[in-house]
Amino acid sequence: MAQAAPTLELPGRRTRRTSPLARREARAFYGFASPWILGFILFGGGPVVAALLLSFAHWSLLSTPSWAGLANYRKMFADPLFYKSIGNTVYFGAGSVVLGVVTSFLLAILLNQKVRGLGFFRTVFYLPSVVAGVATAILWINILQPDSGLINSFLRFFGIKGPGWLVDEHWAIPGLILMSVWGAGNTIVIYLAGLQGISPTLYEAALLDGAGWWDRFWHVTVPMMSPVIFFNVVTSLIASLQAYTLVLVMTEGGPNNATLMLGLYIYRQAFEYFDMGYAAALSWAMFALIGVVTALQFVLARRWVHYDA
Amino acid sequence: MTLTATPPQQAPPTQRRPIGSSQTSVERFRKTITYVLLIAGTAVFVIPFLWMVTTSLKTSQEVLAYPPKVLPATPRFDNYPAAWTSLPFTTFLINSIIITGLSVIGNLVSCVLPAYAFARLRARSRGALFALMVATMAIPAEVTLVPTFIMFSKLNLVNTYWPLFLPAWFGYAFFIFLLRQFFLTIPQELTDAASIDGAGHLRTLWSIFLPMSKPAIAAVAIFSFVGNWNNFLTPLIYLRTQNNFTLALGLSLFKGQYETQYNQMMAVGIISLLPILIVFFLAQRTFVEGVRLSGLGGR
Repeated sequence: MAQAAPTLELPGRRTRRTSPLARREARAFYGFASPWILGFILFGGGPVVAALLLSFAHWSLLSTPSWAGLANYRKMFADPLFYKSIGNTVYFGAGSVVLGVVTSFLLAILLNQKVRGLGFFRTVFYLPSVVAGVATAILWINILQPDSGLINSFLRFFGIKGPGWLVDEHWAIPGLILMSVWGAGNTIVIYLAGLQGISPTLYEAALLDGAGWWDRFWHVTVPMMSPVIFFNVVTSLIASLQAYTLVLVMTEGGPNNATLMLGLYIYRQAFEYFDMGYAAALSWAMFALIGVVTALQFVLARRWVHYDA
Repeated sequence: MTLTATPPQQAPPTQRRPIGSSQTSVERFRKTITYVLLIAGTAVFVIPFLWMVTTSLKTSQEVLAYPPKVLPATPRFDNYPAAWTSLPFTTFLINSIIITGLSVIGNLVSCVLPAYAFARLRARSRGALFALMVATMAIPAEVTLVPTFIMFSKLNLVNTYWPLFLPAWFGYAFFIFLLRQFFLTIPQELTDAASIDGAGHLRTLWSIFLPMSKPAIAAVAIFSFVGNWNNFLTPLIYLRTQNNFTLALGLSLFKGQYETQYNQMMAVGIISLLPILIVFFLAQRTFVEGVRLSGLGGR
């Protein structure tokens, strides 16, 4: 808080620091915050630095580590699977975020139309995101089965021959995207909260100006919701980059590495090939990728996100 | 579950038109379209679950039948005990309960304390530490995965439960952030009154903050429960002998060993989801409130 009457020479901050009461409060602060501070050293910042150091080393865990210089990074930039995994990660991320954001937003708008049974619908849309795990991954292997699976059986009903989803190189990632949209219902809750926060007077004003439903949607709802959409895009994109654990269960990166995500490739290098140095270098590439994508979104956000006071 | 914050129940008033005006049929049309789309959406979201249930009750022949059958001729409930005993799933269940339980308790203890510090206690480096904590939310788990594994393997803790629950006892930025946002809404006067009464910080936290923050604490507990119960990657990396496996790991082992036994796979899958489903339906409002809290924190 602002210092109302500064004393002669001593700046307010100095006085506060030397007061025994403030010192006791600061000690309490560090005491209470210590679980997180220790956690940051042991499981956060510490490992991040360690990973950076490790990326300049050769180490299989069994031998003694040896200095590698830039060898791991040179290997990375010459590794076709590295580029393939980046491509797959971006493809899956873009597909699942765009489809997920559009679907969830539209469903949230429908739910915001004063419908009966709001609680029921919300439960239905939200539930898949809660149970997402190995069990639902196995469920989706079955649903995406080319012959006896649910989706292709449904398509066959209309005389359409469905693709080979997880077994066809070109359809493996679209299959994973479908599953991810099914599990993206948690964002509906966030959209709904945002929609309910839009002042009705804005819509009334738009109506007075003779705006139709499309104009109201495009010029009121979308701009007012843009910070919420932005939040969901950023968080679901980061989440999609880490969605590889289910891929591990479903396709193990196949067919022909068509679903090899960057995270999965890191896992493979570290825990199947025990090339800890290379895995660390790849993990820093992933860190950089997330950083670049997020920064890019913040730059783009200036063009379309409106923060209303 | 009681909530202090208002759940998102009431929608903003849509434009009311006088009954009998020419617009009502348009309104009615719009309402119909809305429900048709919502019901279609519901079908898309629900059918996979129904498929899971019907598949779990089919015979092995019915699972692979072509064209597929929607319903089994007679429901085969014995798929459930058969699947459950084909691998030591009872052991996996107990392991999951132990690991998840220790993690949830750890998350609560180690997140409530820093959240209180960040919300109420002043120190010179508080702002910087808080910014650092928020920044750590952007660190992908993959970056810390390898060094953390090396650390635990040097401590000879691979194939024990320690690597799976110990990190939960050292704070988790997202939960601390969520709790801190909630703590900030508790009026300062209450804390002042308590400290005049001679209550220390632990007492204040215990007897004022915690009772007033039930929705946020429940949300953290539930998120932690679901996250740990569903966790697959860390058990996969750290657990080696089958007797130590969790349910998620056991399920993937089952999938590897009985590649086409979808009926039994779905049966154990359903059993493994039951605890989450029960918690979800009991504490649904808390879930929704937690998601709202976290989502609006990002605004």
